[in-house]
Amino acid sequence: MAEEILKVEHLNKFYGDWQALHDINFDLQKGEVVTLLGPSGSGKSTLIRTLNGLEPFKDGNIYFKGEKVEPTPKEWQKLRQQIGMVFQSYDLFPNLTVLDNILLAPTKVQKRDREEVKKEAMALLERVDLADQANSYPRQLSGGQKQRIAIVRALAMHPELMLFDEVTASLDPEMVRGVLEIIKELADRDHMTMIIVTHEMNFAAQIADRVLFLEDGKLLEDTPGKQFFEHPQTARAAEFLSSMEF
Amino acid sequence: MAHSGISVLFEGTNFARLMGGLWTSVWIALVSLAIGLLLGTLFGLLRTLRSRLIRFVLLLYLEFFRIVPTVVLLFLVYYILPRQFNINMPATWMAVLAFSLWVAAEFSDIVRGALESVPKHQRESGQALGLNQWQLFRYVLLPQAIQLELPATINLATRVIKTTSLLLMISVMDVINVGQQIIEANNQTHPTGIFWVYGLIFILYFIVDYPLSLWAKHLTAKQKD
Ligand SMILES: Nc1ncnc2c1ncn2[C@@H]1O[C@H](COP(=O)(O)OP(=O)(O)OP(=O)(O)O)[C@@H](O)[C@H]1O
Ligand SMILES: [Mg+2]
Repeated sequence: MAEEILKVEHLNKFYGDWQALHDINFDLQKGEVVTLLGPSGSGKSTLIRTLNGLEPFKDGNIYFKGEKVEPTPKEWQKLRQQIGMVFQSYDLFPNLTVLDNILLAPTKVQKRDREEVKKEAMALLERVDLADQANSYPRQLSGGQKQRIAIVRALAMHPELMLFDEVTASLDPEMVRGVLEIIKELADRDHMTMIIVTHEMNFAAQIADRVLFLEDGKLLEDTPGKQFFEHPQTARAAEFLSSMEF
Repeated sequence: MAHSGISVLFEGTNFARLMGGLWTSVWIALVSLAIGLLLGTLFGLLRTLRSRLIRFVLLLYLEFFRIVPTVVLLFLVYYILPRQFNINMPATWMAVLAFSLWVAAEFSDIVRGALESVPKHQRESGQALGLNQWQLFRYVLLPQAIQLELPATINLATRVIKTTSLLLMISVMDVINVGQQIIEANNQTHPTGIFWVYGLIFILYFIVDYPLSLWAKHLTAKQKD
């Protein structure tokens, strides 16, 4: 039986007086990969950031593993330990080495044993071909390398859910594939539950179990992946797809 | 009979006394900096928090120490505090009190500015990893802020050292006060003593402050590229 990881009910979000998200409803089962698509400014980042409390919301409910989220700073801080997020701007901490970037949260927040986490971190670095950079500082790395490490850093927390917000958008084209392959492998091998915002349509078509299509802060489609790319239900989604090159 | 001026520096214990005075100045500066930087870090952190009341109170505090001339501060702690509140402490400690509070005020602004100029994404990616407010500050924001604020901090230190020259106003035996006494005591025998004593004091301040100033310049230049 599938286990529900996330459920969003009647979510409304405002920036000042202006409504950025309108009555959003969807759910997410364990192991599912959902891509969140939509034109620029449609509210994809806003939605994904609301899901781990980086943006407050006005009304509606979010359930994480069946439990209603009390949107207080303290509660979010706890939940974020189970929700990994990677951003467009690969924000490694420049004052820490690669390894210390990865170890920081597991040792300080989860209070796990440093040696044990270190072993795991090295194995993860191995997996993304960056074990030799463990003692480098972020400024010595390329964008693609930094982004792979940002993913490893989030994984070291053993998240139940991973959020990706356009993680390849600021990368040089030749770096994009390496990062996407890691995410693909997370889906295929680890059956990681993920919500992915991306402009890489080929990748989205490959990886999405389901597609959420957002426009002007409204969720216009919640459609199985294959179906969305072959027969989108709304004219707006069809237009969006034909405007994207892939 | 008039001696050649420079000998005034080495007559009797004069030189040792001047160095003792310099030590008093440097000691007060160092202790005040240590206390002030700690306190200022705390105030700077508090000023980045949401509470309007705390921010307002700390802003008033900063503005007070910015507006009131240091001499007035020294008079305040040396003449008014003891009389009004019956606090009786040696002048050196009263000086440390005044200087520490002043450094804390100035430094709180430096820390606040540095914390705020750490990119917003750094804060968010720390939060996304589950760090709490304190961990975020301790492991992510503060280390980056220290890098940013180092030149301004060194400049503040040189200002504090220079400003110790005002200590003579509250009869602390700092290097200026000692120098003044030596000049007066040797006025007859060494009419040009004032030139030599202040010349030496100038050199002493220069030796203490100039390396700091160079270091700050070097760091600023490094941050630019
Ligand atoms: N902090 C904010 N304050 C006010 N308005 C905001 C804020 N952040 C985003 N918006 C607005 O909300 C809308 C949705 O923005 P959002 O960044 O979520 O879009 P997006 O779908 O992620 O776009 P993109 O594909 O360009 O990243 C936009 O109109 C944007 O201008
Ligand atoms: Mg976005």
